[in-house]
Amino acid sequence: MKHHKCANSECKTCECGLCCTKINNFGVKRSGIEILKDVNLHIHCGDLTAIIGPNGAGKSTLLKAILGDISHTGELQFLDAKNKGTTRPAMGYVPQKLDLDSSSPTSVLDLFAAAHTNIPIWFTYPKKMRERVRESLARTQGEHLINKRLGELSGGELQRVLLALALDPIPHLLLLDEPVSGIDQKGLELFYETVSILRDNYDLSIILVSHDLSLVAEYADRVAFVNNKTIECCGTPQEVFGNVKVIQTFGLGWANRFQRDEKDRVDNAIMV
Amino acid sequence: MQLWYSLVDLLLPFGWMQHEFMKNALLGVLLVTPIFGLLGTMIVNNKMAFFSDSLGHSALTGIAIGVILGIKNPIWSILFFSVLITIAILIVKEANTASTDTVIGVFSSTAVALGIVILSRNGGFNKYSGYLIGDLLSISPSDLLTLGIVFVIVISLWAVIFNKLLISSMNQSLARSRGIGVKFYEYLFTIMMAVIVTISIQWVGILIISSLLIIPAASSRNIARNMRQYHFYSVLIALISGLAGLILSYFWGTATGATIVLITSGFFALTFVMKLRLG
Repeated sequence: MKHHKCANSECKTCECGLCCTKINNFGVKRSGIEILKDVNLHIHCGDLTAIIGPNGAGKSTLLKAILGDISHTGELQFLDAKNKGTTRPAMGYVPQKLDLDSSSPTSVLDLFAAAHTNIPIWFTYPKKMRERVRESLARTQGEHLINKRLGELSGGELQRVLLALALDPIPHLLLLDEPVSGIDQKGLELFYETVSILRDNYDLSIILVSHDLSLVAEYADRVAFVNNKTIECCGTPQEVFGNVKVIQTFGLGWANRFQRDEKDRVDNAIMV
Repeated sequence: MQLWYSLVDLLLPFGWMQHEFMKNALLGVLLVTPIFGLLGTMIVNNKMAFFSDSLGHSALTGIAIGVILGIKNPIWSILFFSVLITIAILIVKEANTASTDTVIGVFSSTAVALGIVILSRNGGFNKYSGYLIGDLLSISPSDLLTLGIVFVIVISLWAVIFNKLLISSMNQSLARSRGIGVKFYEYLFTIMMAVIVTISIQWVGILIISSLLIIPAASSRNIARNMRQYHFYSVLIALISGLAGLILSYFWGTATGATIVLITSGFFALTFVMKLRLG
């Protein structure tokens, strides 16, 4: 798919014009305590929006609220190409981790088959299931993992498997919760690269909760900074990482390094 | 029933199989152990061993309530109370006040204590001690009918809900993103557990019922590499243990339920060694 001119009057800043997702006035309360309030976010398709913020700021909560896993106030609006607001976009979700111990006899094929069919997987698999799963896994370079147990996978491999699962069927909105631990830097970079390529190939709207600021700076189109129960600042990586509040949260050292990297990148671009 | 009796006579022409109670017990074992093998897989997967144990214990209160109300067949009062306590545990668990283990511990002990207090009034607890051990040989044709109906319902439900249950158990948000109503399946599964534990309690006994759910699946887990193998070995181990336990208990004159559990333990040891050997 290629990007088109914006035909969507509702969506003035949307470049593709095919679809966009709006989060209006989201608020989340749990046991009477306010966790999020007045969250507004506008996501364009083909964009990778990264959510950053200090620990416990409510990043994962925001993701779960968008998913509908926890109740929230406010509305989630999805506008498709014909500007008809459907109530709920098709969502794909990549969780941080799965609740299973490493000895669990659940294979990657089991996971996909359980998600795709109602035929009980303890009895049999439908014909062609193996082929379909292999194709899904190929999207994230994970074909060779099909017969492995989930507990055997490394953090990076599990992430790729879960990403492949979230992309089958291809969703309108892809929500990613990046794992805090258990995944090495190289695996993380590979993951970002894969996500980035998928975004271009399938014109996906992606929301990514991230902990790795340098990767965010490199791959994200937009960054939303969650702090004090709401999105305090939102924009391009340059805008957000230049914001005073963001600098205060993540430290001056990081901000300086980002500015320097950014300068290098611009200089390199000019040289090229 | 006559058909079953003549079938057994034809296939198992042994002296010890001539007794009608052995034929009844055999059918009981054939119906009950596959269910235990199947449900056990998910119980072990979800680390619910303690939960199934507390279900067994809560049966004591169920019996006590049955006694107070003067119900002849305590199975209904046990069933009612088990489902009640299951739902109570799920609700308290959701409120997130304490860890799941603690919540279950509180409910389980309360149920046991309440049951003992009521049943031991006037020093009459000995009358009910049979429930602690259970007696598979006392199973009657009408019990078998109930069991047969439960067998069909549980197996069909299990076929329908298993995939969704598996996804829900691995990650709730992931299940929600694929449109699975997590709560519904969680409740349905635990209620199924309560029903099957309740139904079998008078034959297997309160003390060991949860081992029958846990050990076949735990043994299978040692050697299985995917869900199909996991279920297959689990059901197979439960079935073999059930049959062997029934026959051995006849010759040894021991309680059938406990004998079956001991054999499953043997399987666990065996598969554990296999796991160590195979890596």
